[in-house]
Amino acid sequence: MIEFEGVTRRYGDTAVVEDVSLRIEKGEFFVVIGSSGAGKSTLLRMINGLISCSTGRIRVDGHDIAALKPEALRRRIGYVIQSIGLFPHWTIARNIGAVPELLGWSPQKIRTRATELLGLLKLDPAVYLDKYPHQLSIGQQQRVGIARALAADPGRLLMDEPFAALDPITREALQAEIAGIHRDSRKTIVFVTHDMNEALTLASRIAVMDRGRVIQVGTPAELLIKPANDFVGAFVGRDDAGLMLLATEKVTARMRPGGVDGGPSINADANLRQALSRMLLTRAERLGVVDGSGRRLGAIHIGDLVRR
Amino acid sequence: MTAPRALRDPLTWVVLLLLALLWALPRGQAFFAFLFPWLERPIYAQESFLSLAGAHLALVGASSAVACLIGVTAGIVVTRPIGAEFRAMVTAIVTIGQTFPPVAVLAVAVPVMGFGALPALIALLLYGLLPILENTVAGLGAVPEAVRDAARGIGMSDAAMLRRVELPLAAPVIIAGVRTSVIINVGTAAIASTVGVRSLGLPIIIGLNAANVAYVLQGAVLIGLVAVALDLAFERLLQRVQRWQRL
Repeated sequence: MIEFEGVTRRYGDTAVVEDVSLRIEKGEFFVVIGSSGAGKSTLLRMINGLISCSTGRIRVDGHDIAALKPEALRRRIGYVIQSIGLFPHWTIARNIGAVPELLGWSPQKIRTRATELLGLLKLDPAVYLDKYPHQLSIGQQQRVGIARALAADPGRLLMDEPFAALDPITREALQAEIAGIHRDSRKTIVFVTHDMNEALTLASRIAVMDRGRVIQVGTPAELLIKPANDFVGAFVGRDDAGLMLLATEKVTARMRPGGVDGGPSINADANLRQALSRMLLTRAERLGVVDGSGRRLGAIHIGDLVRR
Repeated sequence: MTAPRALRDPLTWVVLLLLALLWALPRGQAFFAFLFPWLERPIYAQESFLSLAGAHLALVGASSAVACLIGVTAGIVVTRPIGAEFRAMVTAIVTIGQTFPPVAVLAVAVPVMGFGALPALIALLLYGLLPILENTVAGLGAVPEAVRDAARGIGMSDAAMLRRVELPLAAPVIIAGVRTSVIINVGTAAIASTVGVRSLGLPIIIGLNAANVAYVLQGAVLIGLVAVALDLAFERLLQRVQRWQRL
């Protein structure tokens, strides 16, 4: 659990973060979104003490972080940044083992852990363990960046626009990766982005920031249906809000059982927005829903998309 | 079949050539008498070249070691938040040290400290400090901000970050500075012989005073070879610390 209590950060006379009070529950995927300069990165970097509070208090698991040794705090919180920041003179294995090394793990145990994490992030350990960061693509480097953050199995991850510099295909792959890691590990993730689609795909709750203040906190659906003000409305893309709302639900949630006919079909992993898109493309008012191996699970009708 | 690595390395050959010359020069009476028939004593024989070369290297080694210690330490301090305000001042002082010709430093130092190795060491130190300091500051400054942010973010202390990340990444640039400094000092150490310090400059100084070209030539060739050998050795060291970049 991470709590902000009246937190303000000032540089001179300008407040970059102003009077923020928030409670991020254990196991949440909490996304902070806002335009650049809104203070979202500052907010994130205050959680692991890289930036201190001017006033207010931040508690991690009930402990005021001002009273903790910053290095010890940071070793228990994974940290992933847009610019990745792998240590260029260290092998991938040593990069991943950076925190365990600081914690004094044995070399054997560190190597085993690095191997395991490379596998989790779909990089072949036999190929990549002893390579150097500059030998990897940016997408692969960020996979290693995530592995490094997970190495000592911290309960929380801070991610500062981790996928903003990646091409769309790599970005989607890594979004799926981190969603899977969150689903399997139930780690608390605080994730900063300026991409609303990314926020809607990943978040269990979203905080919208503007000029240092948190304007609204809510689930993706709450933000889309009831934006607190015009700023949030504009940010969630008022005109497309309905479509984005569809994107937050899987087809399986509204699927009806049965249906035997052929015709166009869609994978059960797809969301309702993808289903609508497929209907428009195939000029079909209903789609079969199939699993990965093509087995028919049910059907979805165009009316099901509108139903509440 | 390829030759063993040591034989393909120019460093091996330069060192062998240097050793061969140290051995052969005192035995080259006939050769130098042929080259300079008008000279009564064509070979510098007051002291052995070997011991002069040893003294030369000791002088350069001692002054460079102190210059490294001071230069790298000062470079680290002025790039920390604590020492940032001293950066301009330290750089200015060291630059002034560099602009003093070593001869002038000797001229000032000798009346104060007397003849001997100390004024020479100080002149070499002042002269060698700037490249080391400048390169330390530049090397540490070139460590990417993302890498620093990540190091801090994963929980490295400032000391750990300096030792594990910043210094290793700055090492090639720092070593390049030390290399420049050492090579400059190999030449400058010759001048130290004007105040009676033993070095390979001694045959040159005496040769110039006595219009003995052969002495000047013998000293100059040996100093040149020492400089080339050290330069190649630094090249090797640089390659070693940069190995990861070439993979």
